[in-house]
Amino acid sequence: MNATHRNEQQAISRAVLEIDVNNHPGVMSHVVGLFSRRTYNVEGILCLPVDDGRHSRIWLAVNEDQRLPQMIKQLEKLEDILAVRRHDADHAVFARLEAFFQPR
Amino acid sequence: MTETLTGAQLTIRLIERQGIRTVAGIPGGAILPIYDALGQSPLIHHVLARHEQGAGFMAQGMARVSGKPAVCLASSGPGATNLLTAIADAKLDSIPLVAITGQVPRAMIGTDAFQEVDTYGLSLPITKHNFLVGSAEELLEVIPRAFAIAASGRPGPVLVDIPKDVQTQAIDITSWPEPGQATRTPPPTATQIATAAAMIDAAQRPILYLGGGVVHAGAAKAAVDLAEKADLPTVMTLMALGALPVDHPLSLGMLGMHGARHTNLALDECDLLIAVGARFDDRATGKVAAFCPQAKIIHIDIDPAELDKIKTAHLAIGADVGEALGQLLPAVGEQRRERWLARIDELRREFPFQMPDAGNPRSHFGLIRTVAACLDDTAIIATDVGQHQMWVAQAYPLRRPRQWLTSGGLGTMGFGVPAAIGAALAEPQRTVVCFTGDGSIMMNLQELITAAEEKVNVKIVLMDNASLGLVHQQQTLFYGERLFASQFRVTPDFIKVAQGLGIAAVDLDLAANPCAALMDAIARPGPCLIHASIDVDQKVYPMVPPGAANHDMIGA
Repeated sequence: MNATHRNEQQAISRAVLEIDVNNHPGVMSHVVGLFSRRTYNVEGILCLPVDDGRHSRIWLAVNEDQRLPQMIKQLEKLEDILAVRRHDADHAVFARLEAFFQPR
Repeated sequence: MTETLTGAQLTIRLIERQGIRTVAGIPGGAILPIYDALGQSPLIHHVLARHEQGAGFMAQGMARVSGKPAVCLASSGPGATNLLTAIADAKLDSIPLVAITGQVPRAMIGTDAFQEVDTYGLSLPITKHNFLVGSAEELLEVIPRAFAIAASGRPGPVLVDIPKDVQTQAIDITSWPEPGQATRTPPPTATQIATAAAMIDAAQRPILYLGGGVVHAGAAKAAVDLAEKADLPTVMTLMALGALPVDHPLSLGMLGMHGARHTNLALDECDLLIAVGARFDDRATGKVAAFCPQAKIIHIDIDPAELDKIKTAHLAIGADVGEALGQLLPAVGEQRRERWLARIDELRREFPFQMPDAGNPRSHFGLIRTVAACLDDTAIIATDVGQHQMWVAQAYPLRRPRQWLTSGGLGTMGFGVPAAIGAALAEPQRTVVCFTGDGSIMMNLQELITAAEEKVNVKIVLMDNASLGLVHQQQTLFYGERLFASQFRVTPDFIKVAQGLGIAAVDLDLAANPCAALMDAIARPGPCLIHASIDVDQKVYPMVPPGAANHDMIGA
C-alpha cells in the first residue's frame, strides 16, 4: 500500500473486474501474476466457485490506470479465463463487504 | 481394442501421434518412467543434450525452421530450472514449444522433496500456458491441448509438469484423442480490409513494417505481393529478416537501434505505417513518441493485446496476418509511387549503410560477406547474441523466411549453438551456419559434443574479440570508456576446445588464404568450428543510444 490516506484512496477512481475462470489450482496465480509483474496493485479480491464447481468467478477491485485496458486484454489471453467484464467502482460486490473490513 | 498403458507410455504415444520425430532432453530421477517409454519408441529419436538449456534451444531450433511445435524434456528440480531460460526465450519470440518436465510424486509435492521445485509456479510468467498433471487420464486431454495452445494464434511455449506417480499410473485406453492442431482465428472484417485498402491507396509516403508474425504466419509471400502491388517501401524487424529479400528493390532492411540511417529517416517521413505481425518493440521504435511522428498507423496482429499497446493505431485489425494480407492484396490499387521512391533513393544515397572493409575476410563485415559468398539461400543462418548478431543482421543477404534464427526478444547469449543443432536435426539436408562470439559460445559450449555425437551439419563461425563486445561498446560510448568486466583476461584456445569436444576446427587467423580455408571448412560435411579473431574496437554502427529517438543515431 502506498502512502495515500484512506479517503484519498477512495477518491482515486476504481474499477471492478468480474472474471469467469475454470476452477482449478493455479488459476488465481495466473490472474494475479499479470498484475504483480507490472507492479499494478490489486486492491480487493473475491473468488467463489459457480456452476457445480467447474468454474469460479473472481472479482477484482483495481485502481483506474491507463494500463487497465491492456490488463483486460492480457487477462482475456489466459487459457483458463472464459470472460472478463468491467464494472464501475460503485458495483455492490465490494461495498457489501465493507462491514468485514473495519479497523479493529 | 483396449490397451493398458502407463502415463509415461501414454505421453510418448501422444507425442508420436502429434508427428514428433525428434526430441531433445536430459533424463533424471523424476522423468525416468517417460525415458523408459521413450527408449521403446520406434518413431522418436532422442537427442541427449549436455545441459537442459541446450535441449530447450535445440527444440527451439527445430520449431523455428519448421514452424511446428517441438518438444524438450527435463527432470524435476534443476532439470526444470535449467530449461527456464529457453522457455522464456520462446515466449518472447513466439516460438511454439512443448516442454515436458518430470515432477516428484504427487504425495511428495510441497514437502521440499529431493529435486522438488515449483516448476508450475516458476514457469507461470514465461509460458503461454502451463499444466501440472493430476492423473494419467488427464494426459489424454492435456498433451493434445498443449500442442494446440503452442501452435494456435500467436505461438508460444507450453509446459507440462508430470509427477512421477502419474507417469507410472496404468490406465485402460480404448480410443485416442485427435492430435492437437492450431485453431483458426476469426478473419478480418470486410470493413477493416476496405478501410485499410483505402488508407494505403490514399497515402503519399507509406511504409510497410514487417515483424516476426509474418514469418510465423507463413505470410512472407503475401507481404511481398502486397509491397510490390502497392509499391510499398518495406522495413523489417530483427525477427522478420528474410521475409522480404534484403536486396529486393523495396527493402529498406532492418529498422531501429542498428538499422541503416536512411531506413530510420524514411520512417520519420512516412505518412502511413502498415505494421504487420510486429509489436513496436523498443529496439525497433527507439523513443516511441518520436517514432513515425507524421504517420497514421494500420496495425495488423493476431494477438489483440498487441494492438494499441505501445502506439495507438488508427486502424487496428486483430487477425491472422496471412489472411489479412491475402484479403488486402486484391483490395488495394496498383500503384507506382515515383516521388516517394525517389525520395527514399535520395535518403539512401545521402545516408548509405556503411560496410567498411567488407572485402577483407579478416574484418567482421568481410568475414560475414565471405561466409555468405560460400552459401546459397538454402542455408540456415543462426546467431548468438551480441555485436556479431547485429553485424550479421546488417550484412548477411537474408532472402528467405525461416532462414534466420536469432534470439530477438530475450536476447539470450548461448542461444546459437544449440538452436543451430536443432535446425540441422530438423532439416538435415541444409547447411546450418551459426555465427557466435567468444562470450556467447561459452554459455552453451558443452553442446559442441552433442553436435559431434549427432554429426549435424553445423558450421560455427566464432568471431573472437576476447570481450563482451556490446558491453565493451556501451562502456566505451556511454560510460566514459571505463571498461570493466567486459574484457576477458584469459581466453580459451578455441581450436583445442572444439577438438577436445569432438568437432573439427579451423583457425582463419593462421590460414594463408582465409577465403579458401573458409570455403573448405563450409564444404566439408559435419560439424566444424571456424575461429576468426576480430578487432575489439569495432562498434556496431549506426546506433540509436538507449532512450533516444531513431533519428538521433550515432556512428556512420
